[in-house]
Amino acid sequence: MLSGSLNGKQGEIRHQKGINVSLPLTKMIHSVFLINASGDIFLEKHWKSVVSRSVCDYFFEAQERATEPENVPPVIPTPHHYLISVLRHRIFFVAVIQSEVPPLFVIEFLHRVVDTFQDYFGVCTEAAIKDNVVVVYELLEEMLDNGFPLATESNILKELIKPPTILRTMVNTITGSTNVGEQLPTGQLSVVPWRRTGVKYTNNEAYFDVVEEIDAIIDKSGSTITAEIQGVIDACVKLTGMPDLTLSFMNPRLLDDVSFHPCVRFKRWEAERILSFIPPDGNFRLLSYHVSSQNLVAIPVYVKHNISFREGSFQGHFDLTLWPKQTMGKAVESVLVSSQLPRGVLNTNLSASQGIYTFDPVTKLLSWDVGKINPQKLPSLKGTMSLQAGASKPDENPTINIQFKIQQMAISGLKVNRLDMYGEKYKPFKGIKYMTKAGKFQVRT
Amino acid sequence: MTDSKYFTTTKKGEIFELKAELNSDKKEKKKEAVKKVIASMTVGKDVSALFPDVVNCMQTDNLELKKLVYLYLMNYAKSQPDMAIMAVNTFVKDCEDPNPLIRALAVRTMGCIRVDKITEYLCEPLRKCLKDEDPYVRKTAAVCVAKLHDINAQLVEDQGFLDTLKDLISDSNPMVVANAVAALSEIAESHPNSNLMDLNPQTMNKLLTALNECTEWGQIFILDCLANYTPRDDRESQSICERVTPRLSHANSAVVLSAVKVLMKFMEMLPKDLDYYGTLLKKLAPPLVTLLSAEPELQYVALRNINLIVQRRPEILKHEMKVFYVKYNDPIYVKLEKLDIMIRLASQANIAQVLAELKEYATEVDVDFVRKAVRAIGRCAIKVEQSAERCVSTLLDLIQTKVNYVVQEAIVVIKDIFRKYPNKYESVIATLCENLDSLDEPEARAAMIWIVGEYAERIDNADELLESFLEGFHDESTQVQLQLLTAIVKLFLKKPTETQELVQQVLSLATQDSDNPDLRDRGYIYWRLLSTDPVAAKEVVLAEKPLISEETDLIEPTLLEELICHIGTLASVYHKPPSAFVEGNHGVQHKGLPGSAGSAESESPDAVSAGAATEAPAAVIPSQGDLLGDLLNLDLTPPATTGPLPHSGGMQMGAMDLLGGGLDSLMGAGFGAPPAAMPPAFSAPVSGSLYDLFDLDNGVGMPLGSFCPPKTVWLPAMKAKGLEISGTFVRHAGVIQMEMTITNKAMSVMTGFAIQFNRNSFGLAPAGPIQVPSPLSPNQNIEVSLPLNTVGPVMKMEPLNNLQVKKTLVVFLFRQVFLATWKDIPNENESQFQIKDCHLNSDAASNKLQSINIFTIAERTVDGQDMLYQSMKLTNGIWALAELKVQAGNPNYTVSLKCRAPEVSQCVFQSYEAVLKN
Repeated sequence: MLSGSLNGKQGEIRHQKGINVSLPLTKMIHSVFLINASGDIFLEKHWKSVVSRSVCDYFFEAQERATEPENVPPVIPTPHHYLISVLRHRIFFVAVIQSEVPPLFVIEFLHRVVDTFQDYFGVCTEAAIKDNVVVVYELLEEMLDNGFPLATESNILKELIKPPTILRTMVNTITGSTNVGEQLPTGQLSVVPWRRTGVKYTNNEAYFDVVEEIDAIIDKSGSTITAEIQGVIDACVKLTGMPDLTLSFMNPRLLDDVSFHPCVRFKRWEAERILSFIPPDGNFRLLSYHVSSQNLVAIPVYVKHNISFREGSFQGHFDLTLWPKQTMGKAVESVLVSSQLPRGVLNTNLSASQGIYTFDPVTKLLSWDVGKINPQKLPSLKGTMSLQAGASKPDENPTINIQFKIQQMAISGLKVNRLDMYGEKYKPFKGIKYMTKAGKFQVRT
Repeated sequence: MTDSKYFTTTKKGEIFELKAELNSDKKEKKKEAVKKVIASMTVGKDVSALFPDVVNCMQTDNLELKKLVYLYLMNYAKSQPDMAIMAVNTFVKDCEDPNPLIRALAVRTMGCIRVDKITEYLCEPLRKCLKDEDPYVRKTAAVCVAKLHDINAQLVEDQGFLDTLKDLISDSNPMVVANAVAALSEIAESHPNSNLMDLNPQTMNKLLTALNECTEWGQIFILDCLANYTPRDDRESQSICERVTPRLSHANSAVVLSAVKVLMKFMEMLPKDLDYYGTLLKKLAPPLVTLLSAEPELQYVALRNINLIVQRRPEILKHEMKVFYVKYNDPIYVKLEKLDIMIRLASQANIAQVLAELKEYATEVDVDFVRKAVRAIGRCAIKVEQSAERCVSTLLDLIQTKVNYVVQEAIVVIKDIFRKYPNKYESVIATLCENLDSLDEPEARAAMIWIVGEYAERIDNADELLESFLEGFHDESTQVQLQLLTAIVKLFLKKPTETQELVQQVLSLATQDSDNPDLRDRGYIYWRLLSTDPVAAKEVVLAEKPLISEETDLIEPTLLEELICHIGTLASVYHKPPSAFVEGNHGVQHKGLPGSAGSAESESPDAVSAGAATEAPAAVIPSQGDLLGDLLNLDLTPPATTGPLPHSGGMQMGAMDLLGGGLDSLMGAGFGAPPAAMPPAFSAPVSGSLYDLFDLDNGVGMPLGSFCPPKTVWLPAMKAKGLEISGTFVRHAGVIQMEMTITNKAMSVMTGFAIQFNRNSFGLAPAGPIQVPSPLSPNQNIEVSLPLNTVGPVMKMEPLNNLQVKKTLVVFLFRQVFLATWKDIPNENESQFQIKDCHLNSDAASNKLQSINIFTIAERTVDGQDMLYQSMKLTNGIWALAELKVQAGNPNYTVSLKCRAPEVSQCVFQSYEAVLKN
């Protein structure tokens, strides 16, 4: 009995060996499939031999098993390949690989592809990709050679393949010229591959946005379970020539966990805590950082809540009040409260002191668009919830999700000291903006 | 107008229309047509019929058009090789173009066309491009060598491209260096033994310099390559670490993880008292935490790797528990991984917070996650003794919620808590019993039954409870049936007077009405035990149970070490050795961590693993689930082997199966399974050939006992969770004996050895039970000699396991016997013959030979040659061993014969020839 099953196993192994002879061994990404929300493959690109799209059946199986699209596992094994996927803009980007590769490498690359599409077409949707399918194909070909990434920096790509614009399309149609660059991109091999040479602007400007997102879990009683800040400094630099910038902070000690754009000179940072770099041209993320020590993370919004159900009454009581705290006098804006109410809730009868609230009886999603919080008049949402007759008291406690924005403040207290430019003679216009946002900000009830 | 217009075509004559447009005189129309063709290609339509027309557009000054045609060529050249030749001239011309972009494009595209005739023409342009003045062309050409190697490895070697590629490691341009490294790594993967990547301090220095300046992707290639280097001493190790550390701040998470791999590996070399060691530990935590704020897919891979890192060096993240707290909208795969790491990091210091979190999770909506969370509470109780009480009360709270699946999970874990802390928390049994009716999952039912049986003396109505289960005995799963049988026997042994009827009932249900051999056999054993020797029955059934391990599902140390060397790879995601991932198993070198400096024995790999083993926490049962599950459940279930990855063809997986198989068959008096990874033709005829071997002793009349092959390792410790068996067969005074050395290389005590044999037609079976004085302590080894007899052509299924068996593993590597015998025969007795003009493949040959009783014992494939190892016995009692070499496409076979009586070789050869040519 057992030997029978083992024979089967052996047969299988032999079968695999047989296949192995005919397929080439590829180290890196073999193919990419783009799959939309309804499960159609709408684009495929192969870098070596063509892999049949039937390989995606394994992906579809996993997709069916997953309750939500977000829950499809990112790495799926199949008998002869691995499928590594990312989900962005409701599109699955599925890479097919054939042997051992670093999965992060593949995932990072796929995200880079999405970023590039977004950069080129403004949005990354199925329609946009289909509208620009030839450019997409040219881009994919330029980004990967033999499964190795080739050019992924957007400014280099843009020199090789010009992004489509309405004007260019018209001009091309009339003159018959092309949207493919004829020259080797200048940045490609220089020591500053992220910057092309010969950049010229009439208005020289450099803007930096310090954006911080608070991720927090607050428990029932209002005490903080975890809180951390994910910060980024995004830059928009339009400067002529080869400017060399330095950016210094009032309190660089905050930044002990940072990830830099490749342009930042790491040694200088290590030694002096100064960011010194030749910036890429245009928009880029200069650095991202992480502040996790909790005493540095102030919680700007508190919630008083009472969501309860009484046994036997088929009714629930709902009471929610928000108030701002530790905001250094800045207004908390664009507040949006949402919560997934228990499945047993049929409907709600609530009144909001400000803003609009909606409840979707199908998805049980309650969302309340509060707007700006006025510290003198705290926003609240009160009322009752009706339960299905005969249903027992729901077991789960809904979690409250809060989104908000605070302008002109970095909640960690990070402050830029000064920005200097060397290497060029003109005086650039400089600007720094701060903003704090809620990331995954959750309050348990 | 957008590109979507390319999709709109008239249904009829689409190809025809395109053909006309492609041949149009107008450039613009041509280009539009090619775009349409490409658009069709992207959605998987077959437009290969347009091949000649598209290729005709190739000679153009328009770069975009050229690129589009190249795109098309790469897709379809393989299906139209003759047509593809038409393109060669243009390629060769383009490789001389003054524009480096076009030169690079041409060489790049040519390499992607997998047509032999094209590759021939590729060599010259490639050679020029590798030495091109423009680095862009050089770096493209470097990758092209890898492509060419993939198509025709021999050609690449003959043309000397490998040396040129190695020279490029010293190129002045970092991008060229990175691509050369990438190409060499890919090539090296298919040449496991070549020293292509000869890493020495000089090349290391070049790579480290290039690391700072090349692109993020190049950094990954270089870091992965650095990880293969073994530093000479701790100083070199430290200096490499210092130069790699800045990569931890890179924005690309793959770079970060590759850097972590290098650091984790080289850290092993650093003495622990070194200041730098502590600094490095501190530097590793922030980047790992940062990875968790990235996109969920990245988080998942990071978490799987952190799981390994936490097991190897828990100190790195011991203060970072909070970053692993689950957010309610994390994807499920992230949630489950976070949970696992939370348990690994749980300690007395943070257990209160962890428990509060776990309790919170147990009220979430996602059922799978809730179950895991409940289980995690149980694991905490077992791991952190001080928290056990708190965990139990948390579990009781959860049982009070009456949520069905929560209650069931809680009962399953409470059973484990009872095992770990006997006689401590029995007060909760009453609460558990209240929920008896709501249990509908086999695992929970089995757990509850186990509890009732185990504590039968304290539960007044234990008999009633068990009786209630008995009513639907046949509808229960095997797991529950087995458990019920054992529980009732326990009950009977504890309260014999009132429960006689019950035990009769269950025994007859198990033995007479069941089709399940496991259940039947267990029933018979109990029955016989109870009827012959109740005292012995008590000793067996109510034996003291071994303690269960503190920490569950830790990865076995040797595997963990290997996985640490593969951080960031698929192996690290699946926690399986890399050999399971590379098809065909070639190119896999087992990597080990370098030993720490200052330890004298650090040179030998064995000493390293031993050292590592002692560092690991005590009382670890290395396990990937099965074994531990079995230990926990003890006599609960036939272990369910975790489904192997569909892809895994490797030896390791075979061994895992084996283990499952071996355990599985325990109850059913099965047989040790031949390793699954052995060649397929192996298992059926093997008994015959072994029979030959054993019979020969009589036939040839060799002095008794003179043939005693040395012991060989049958079962390496790595594959059997620490149990190593080496052995041999000998014949003493006419009795065949199996001599074994059993070594416990795990960190826990092993007990309860039993043995079983593969069913074999010659009826080789143990003549007595195996005598292993248990328990076998860690690192102890023991010599066992087991007499064997041949009781009949088909072995009768006598239950061998009259002990409560817990661990059995005997693997017959018949191949070993063959090999030993082969070596035993003097070389001068070997003779070689050629069989000419034979057109069979190895399988057919093997079958044919089998028809005249020449049996294939093993086969393997070396360099495209199939090697068949065969044995035969002549009627006069002389036997011979043969090696048959079959090369695909070559009609000439080579037979090497070894025989104690060389004079028969000629006749054997003649019969070989006669059969194979017939």
